[in-house]
Amino acid sequence: MLRILLKRLVLMPFLILGIVTATFVLAQFTKGNPLISIIGARALDNPDIVAAAKARWGLDKSLPERYLIYVDNLAHGNLGTSFRTKQPVLQDLADRLPATLELVICAMIVGAVTGILLGVISAQFRDTPADHAARLFALLGSCIPMFWLGLLALFVFSVQTHLLPGPGRLDIRSDPPNTVTGFMLIDTLLAGDWDGFVDAVRHLILPSLVLGWSVTGIVARMVRASMLDVLGQDFVTMARAKGAGEGRVLFNHALRNALIPALTILGFTFAYLITGSVLVETIFSWPGIGSYAVDAARSLDYPAITGVTIVGGLGFLIANLLTDIAYAAVDPRMRSAA
Amino acid sequence: MTDARSNILDVRGLRIAIPGRDGERVAVSNVDFEVARGEVLGLVGESGSGKSLSMLAVMGLLPRNMQVTGSVRFDGQELLGLPARQMRSIRGGRIAMVFQDPMTALNPVMTVGAQIAEAIRLHNPSLSRRALRARAVGLLELVSIPMPEQRFDQYPHEFSGGMRQRVVIAIAVANDPELLIADEPTTALDVTIQAQIVEIFDRLRREKGLAIVLITHDLGLVAGLADRITILYSGRVAERGAIEAVFRRPRHPYTAGLLAAVPSIDSTSERLHAIDGTPPSLAARPSGCQFHPRCAFALPVCAERDPDFQWFGQSMAACHRAAEALPMAGGDDGR
Repeated sequence: MLRILLKRLVLMPFLILGIVTATFVLAQFTKGNPLISIIGARALDNPDIVAAAKARWGLDKSLPERYLIYVDNLAHGNLGTSFRTKQPVLQDLADRLPATLELVICAMIVGAVTGILLGVISAQFRDTPADHAARLFALLGSCIPMFWLGLLALFVFSVQTHLLPGPGRLDIRSDPPNTVTGFMLIDTLLAGDWDGFVDAVRHLILPSLVLGWSVTGIVARMVRASMLDVLGQDFVTMARAKGAGEGRVLFNHALRNALIPALTILGFTFAYLITGSVLVETIFSWPGIGSYAVDAARSLDYPAITGVTIVGGLGFLIANLLTDIAYAAVDPRMRSAA
Repeated sequence: MTDARSNILDVRGLRIAIPGRDGERVAVSNVDFEVARGEVLGLVGESGSGKSLSMLAVMGLLPRNMQVTGSVRFDGQELLGLPARQMRSIRGGRIAMVFQDPMTALNPVMTVGAQIAEAIRLHNPSLSRRALRARAVGLLELVSIPMPEQRFDQYPHEFSGGMRQRVVIAIAVANDPELLIADEPTTALDVTIQAQIVEIFDRLRREKGLAIVLITHDLGLVAGLADRITILYSGRVAERGAIEAVFRRPRHPYTAGLLAAVPSIDSTSERLHAIDGTPPSLAARPSGCQFHPRCAFALPVCAERDPDFQWFGQSMAACHRAAEALPMAGGDDGR
């Protein structure tokens, strides 16, 4: 097992390089002019400004040259400077990634817990109204468009009933805490700002539920299928024959086995949401990676696009690694294999 | 027959029905059998004859959609309709079960020790961790697993099939049950391992006075271990009684066919005896005697009327012609 993980770690840089190369090349082939976002459309008529900008941002060099410079910078931990924000991309990403991670982690907790519960209920009460209701709820989560659900949630809970705050991570009138981790929940606590913490939690509720509900559907279906498979196995009957109660049978015996295939889905979904939460981030004005990616793509901000892609790729690789580790933790057969 | 009061298990008129869109299907009907303390009952039948269903009904482990009626008395107490909590304390405590396939009967993600300890703890919640471990290790020793201390912390995939079946038996006898239901406990094992498992059962019976219901289609196993036998065919009892009586003089043509199908070393015949045809499916049960379509001795009445039991001192058979001396294969008389 350890050897598999080490092998994965060694391969990681090469995979990242592959992702970078593909993104770099693909981004250059898109039609459009990044100079618009650098100097503005009106200055495009002035050849002096255009030439100066091209030289300043390295756009006068050939594609292979630019690629080599980029990779060289990357090897030194430099992701370039954003055309749009004029800030180092690494800095932009570091500013925005914690916001996305905070949202995605909360959404994953919501989605995993509800998905697993619904999956277990569905399997245990197969083909009963409880099963149908659970499956319908899960299905709705998968198929209701997130932007619509997000708007609806904001309208109902924030605009109409004032139960929860509107978009953003904190109330705009309050002072944000000093950025230590970038996670609002942690930073407010570190600053001893209890009211800020509560405010941050309240701001997280709606986007986490909206994003989490989409995860619920995927997880619930997966867990239901694998629970049905496991519940038919002898060791489950054996647990009942020992005199174990139904709760114990379901959660200690069946679910632990049924979760093994569900882990793959959880890992994959987590990685997907890091860049896939863009719609929810846009609706809730969440200053995360997703909205940054949209802005970058819109203005052909090559360094930012590549930077976001690297983060997304790294997200997948790390999620895969964590999934493997989780497999080993849950399944003893994995630990002794290899 | 044994006095009803000394029977640890008394099953009367057991009926198991599975409701479906096109009416219910009766999987088991009018099944009686009993087991006395310290006795071994062989429950014999082909796949689909209802033997495993009957025992799952005794354990209260059938799927909820199956309807069980009749009477299952354990130590004088009616088990059918018993509240779930009381049934749980009997399950694994006073009645335990050994499954057919040891490769699937153990939870792959729990250590063997944890699974044995769980069985003990469910019925002795106050025991300390250390006491649980000590008892579990003792059980591993009881079923002759070498190095029980080390084996305790291993996972099922680190055990061979025979060793796993020992673990399953250790779990079953963890709380000194009075009745053990063994569902084809040796079918999935090598012949040499089979003998060792049988030896363990025999020892438990002798040393602990355990009553055993041995579900099997292996008549050799029954002959070696059982005191009594009940033969099921298509969800009904074909013949039952003391093992010697049934083996010496089978009264039901199906029993005779089963006995004849067992290959014998001193048989001169080169071909194995087989019973022609296949058992009826659940959806298409014949009228009258369930066996008549395959029976060489069937009379017109066999297709019309379900035979009643006829009593022959030490055995009884449900056959219209049970009292006649039919030229049946099998049994000592027929050879």
